[in-house]
Amino acid sequence: MGALELRGVTKSFGSTEVIKGVDLSVKDGEFCVFVGPSGCGKSTLLRMIAGLEDATGGDILVDGKRMNDVAPAKRELAMVFQSYALYPHLTVRDNMGLALKQAGVAKSEIKVATDRAAAMLGLEPLMGRRPAELSGGQRQRVAIGRAIVRTPKLFLFDEPLSNLDAALRVATRIEIAKLHRELKATMVYVTHDQVEAMTLADRIVVLRAGRVEQVGSPMELYNDPANTFVAGFIGSPQMNFLDAASLGLPAGKVGIRPEHLTISRDQGEIPAEVSHVEKLGGETLVYARNPQHGLLTVRLFGEHDFEVSEKVHLTLQRERMFQFDPDGQRRR
Amino acid sequence: MSARTSLGRTIAAHAILLTYTMIALFPVFVIVINSFKSRKAIFADPLALPMPDNFDLVGYQTVLKQGDFFLYFQNSLIVTVASLFFVLLFGAMAAFALSEYRFKGNTLMGLYLALGIMIPIRLGTVAILEIMVATGLVNTLTALILVYTAQGLPLAVFILAEFMKSVSHDLKNAGRIDGLSEYRIFFTLVLPLVRPAMATVAVFTMIPIWNDLWFPLILAPAEHTKTVTLGAQVFIGQFVTNWNAVLAALSLAIVPVLVLYLIFSRQLIRGITAGAVK
Repeated sequence: MGALELRGVTKSFGSTEVIKGVDLSVKDGEFCVFVGPSGCGKSTLLRMIAGLEDATGGDILVDGKRMNDVAPAKRELAMVFQSYALYPHLTVRDNMGLALKQAGVAKSEIKVATDRAAAMLGLEPLMGRRPAELSGGQRQRVAIGRAIVRTPKLFLFDEPLSNLDAALRVATRIEIAKLHRELKATMVYVTHDQVEAMTLADRIVVLRAGRVEQVGSPMELYNDPANTFVAGFIGSPQMNFLDAASLGLPAGKVGIRPEHLTISRDQGEIPAEVSHVEKLGGETLVYARNPQHGLLTVRLFGEHDFEVSEKVHLTLQRERMFQFDPDGQRRR
Repeated sequence: MSARTSLGRTIAAHAILLTYTMIALFPVFVIVINSFKSRKAIFADPLALPMPDNFDLVGYQTVLKQGDFFLYFQNSLIVTVASLFFVLLFGAMAAFALSEYRFKGNTLMGLYLALGIMIPIRLGTVAILEIMVATGLVNTLTALILVYTAQGLPLAVFILAEFMKSVSHDLKNAGRIDGLSEYRIFFTLVLPLVRPAMATVAVFTMIPIWNDLWFPLILAPAEHTKTVTLGAQVFIGQFVTNWNAVLAALSLAIVPVLVLYLIFSRQLIRGITAGAVK
């Protein structure tokens, strides 16, 4: 009841093309995350699905029906915005019930629907308040509640956690994941934060400059990136890229994740000098510099003592490295 | 050190502002005190405060006895409030269209609408009079309302468009997804958020209209359409001027516009948009 399909979707503002032909199909009940650096067109794409921007070309289909010319309110979707976008003059209850009221649903039914959504999100004590009397986290929960009340075919999230502080971000992220399990609804979620993408998504769509770079489950992207962009974007800390030729491999780049580099004081293939150490308790990040490969990150579990400017040797776990050709495409 | 300079600055700023306030308010002050004095006292010592020995309400008595002053007030109020209503309504709607929708010639249209700020409407007086004669609107309040609406719109569109650009797009989009019509979005979401700007525009628009003598004199000088400023002119003769009555009429004319100003300025000050976004 909520499959989304994009066929050759493009968008231009004047002569600048911001979406350069996107093909994508999201299955019913799937949690799909659009991720990419700012300016990659992910929010524009989401707004086009919502009907807030017209597609310049291509088709947007929900459940097989072409939606290009359907008004946003008639597309049976709900959207949660980064800035919450609550109606300042309405109470929490009225904010959540407005869409149903506009659709002509009976008052008693609206009350049932808003109460159910409020119970899911723990908003019951706040129902009579106005947005100005709520904290940031509460406002975002109300915004999510407003989306649930409509029982839409499609949930759209536009960077919903960006305005929350770190602790609240994690809590709300878990709440959204739980919500997806309970509602089994199709969700499309836009973020620039790869951690959010990895933790929430069934499938991640990596976008760059208006094009899809790769689509896949989080682990597919992590274990099998198609190019250096995806390899560098997914995973934190970022993947190390080394000069392939100097390792005796065909020209191009070699990618190795920080957790797949081993460090030793005595021996190894790449000599390096420690330039910085970050101790996080559970793990230790060692940044070591090699004149040929630049700054390399090593991720170690547990606590380790390395001094700045100490000489170390790094070794690649060969079976975990990725080879890329000079254009940045994966060598297979 | 820094505390002393900031104190010095505060004093300087206040001195400048107080001086300006005194200069601006002085004519009003002189009008009001002299309206309570006898004719002889006005000329003997224009700056003296009204005292028991020179106190005289003859000006106010003349004005009130002159009969039609109540009608003049009513005319002024109708013209000002109606013009204000239309300026705010149409100005806000045009500003919303310019700031919200992308269409061909958007910028050009904005410039065209703002052009009126730089061209005084009085340059077109003769043409306006000809139009009013042709349409039979001479000596009606409608003529004045139309002219003042046209006069106020450019600045209103200009200021309101800037403010409306700052209203959160997410909020408007949320309304669209919830099925609100563009009119509902405009009236219930956007207008309340630009209320301070509306109040600013209202004040800027209202005062020139209330004080105007030019268009009432040219377009509506008939007895039943006279405004207060025009009505006060009956006491200014070619040879004799009834200063008591003129000053009393002007003092009275300040009151309604002051009340309107107070209403709008409360809107200006009130913080109203907190919590809408972020």
